[in-house]
Amino acid sequence: MTTVATEAHPAPAETAPAPAIPSSREVYRDLLVEFLAADERVVCLDSDTGLFNGVDFGGTSARYVNLGIAEQNLMGVAAGLAKAGRLPFVNTMATFATTRALESLKLDIALNNLPVRIAATHGGLAAGHLGSTHHSLEDLAITRLLPNLTVVVPTDAASTEALIRQAQELPGPVYIRLGRNATPDLPAGAPPLRLGEAQRLREGDDVTLVATGPYPVLAALEAAGTLAGAGIEAAVLNFHTVKPLDTRALVTAARTTKAVVTVEEHWAAGGLGSATAETIAELGVPTPVRRVALGDHFARGTGGQSHLVERNGITATAIVNQVTEALRA
Amino acid sequence: MSATPPTGSPAGSAWTGDLAPEEHALRVRELIVEMCGSAEGGHLGGSMSLVEILVTLYRSVLRIDPAAPDDPERDVLLLSKGHGAIGLYAALAERGFFPAEDLATYGRPESLFSAHPNPAVPGVEMPTGSLGHGLPLGVGFALAARLDASPRRTFVLLGDGELQEGSNWEAAMAAGSLGLGRLVAVVDRNSLQITGPTENAVALEPLADRWHSFGWNVHEVDGHDIALLRATLDGIPYDADRPTVLIARTVKGRGLPYIEGQARSHYARLGERPKKRALAILRAQSRKAAQA
Repeated sequence: MTTVATEAHPAPAETAPAPAIPSSREVYRDLLVEFLAADERVVCLDSDTGLFNGVDFGGTSARYVNLGIAEQNLMGVAAGLAKAGRLPFVNTMATFATTRALESLKLDIALNNLPVRIAATHGGLAAGHLGSTHHSLEDLAITRLLPNLTVVVPTDAASTEALIRQAQELPGPVYIRLGRNATPDLPAGAPPLRLGEAQRLREGDDVTLVATGPYPVLAALEAAGTLAGAGIEAAVLNFHTVKPLDTRALVTAARTTKAVVTVEEHWAAGGLGSATAETIAELGVPTPVRRVALGDHFARGTGGQSHLVERNGITATAIVNQVTEALRA
Repeated sequence: MSATPPTGSPAGSAWTGDLAPEEHALRVRELIVEMCGSAEGGHLGGSMSLVEILVTLYRSVLRIDPAAPDDPERDVLLLSKGHGAIGLYAALAERGFFPAEDLATYGRPESLFSAHPNPAVPGVEMPTGSLGHGLPLGVGFALAARLDASPRRTFVLLGDGELQEGSNWEAAMAAGSLGLGRLVAVVDRNSLQITGPTENAVALEPLADRWHSFGWNVHEVDGHDIALLRATLDGIPYDADRPTVLIARTVKGRGLPYIEGQARSHYARLGERPKKRALAILRAQSRKAAQA
């Protein structure tokens, strides 16, 4: 099928990103250069990602090691380094970290509860036109299963920096889902971000929108605006931390609002929506949970991230529809 | 291609054993058989093939202190072929990391001694068992030692069938490329995997050439000759910029002639009589060797 730019499917916005906004992976890269200089224990393990091309590591260059295109080894080496007292950052794409190298992530890193930071770029549909081989629509399902692992999904440049700085204080492993190209910033005025705690971006008494990742959170905010026009007040919670899950926020949402709708750039099975549904089902309250996510299919269409997000139904319109149906049921 | 093993060891390690090497090896074998006599049984064949390698490392080569198993400056040994755990436990007990009597709990509920290495056991570095994990971990340990400018060395014991796992070759390529001279792999080349000869499953030969082509120093040795293993391990130029592999030719089930070289020795649950018979055979062989 040929995809053409139409009103419903506009041309990819990535072709003209706002130059002032850095991508989350660029924010991460600059932070890592800072960490390398500040802390002797920090080691950057690369898998030939190209993210560090042109970076001047100066006096810390011995602690940048390109291990080539071999992700199982990458995870094992990181675990060995961490066990020997280092703080390694592992750099690869989300899909390679969580599917190709999953057993090494599970056994070498999670089982030993080692302080390895996995910088997983190209999360969700961020790889865009690179296609299904590079999309990562299962990583949140996989990583939230693993004991000891903390799972964070920054939303924009500022939250990337805040979350990584907080993650750096953790004694165990952290999975950090990053993007590829710049995505729009959240509107100004968001409350301070605390790892492990849902960020309340909007208050609302009628329904709760639970979202993670740049486009889903923005779509939730947009949907909340639309719903407000129809007299429905939606709270918007940014679940930048998928594990440990802020179950308290979900319990409050289920008890105080009439419906919960989750939004994520991920397959519906196993991700934040599943985690939310599990939590709320166990409460025994009748609050319906609905999920806006990719269905049981590989990403449809081709194009950049924002185009694919839209094309695959992770939109404010879809959220509004789910809210309307949930309230009608 | 494969270097001749050095005959002397100029900076040779001391022998820490209070017994002759063969006596230590016998005691490790006895402990292995005892554990295979537990309710759960154990990986007999591949543990027996490792005995001299483990005894040489733990009683001579490794710079370790059983009183300080977490000493940050210790040499590290990773048993990548985690199914050799009962051999490792026996060797650690024999080296004094814990009393050999503790191994009597093996195979019972809540025992510290699980069938694959449990890092809660003093001296066990990492949990292994899924094959192909030890060498990547070893590269990490060796890289950390280099960044620390430490003389710490890392030894990884690999099974031969295990080398069919691709992650080993990712790690071997990385270690060669990084020039990790203080990383040593020892391949327990007993030539058998569960279904039979390795060469009938997925062939490993020419194994020495393969390691050599990945940038490693290669030694081929008799894996049951403690003096030769010691001399070879002592003769490695640990400061050089190439990792080293010892391809140790061994016999699966070594010590029990009726299972030696047989794939079916892989796992055994020995009843009381077979266990006593095995122990008697081990002791008789040992007496014969002492008289010879």
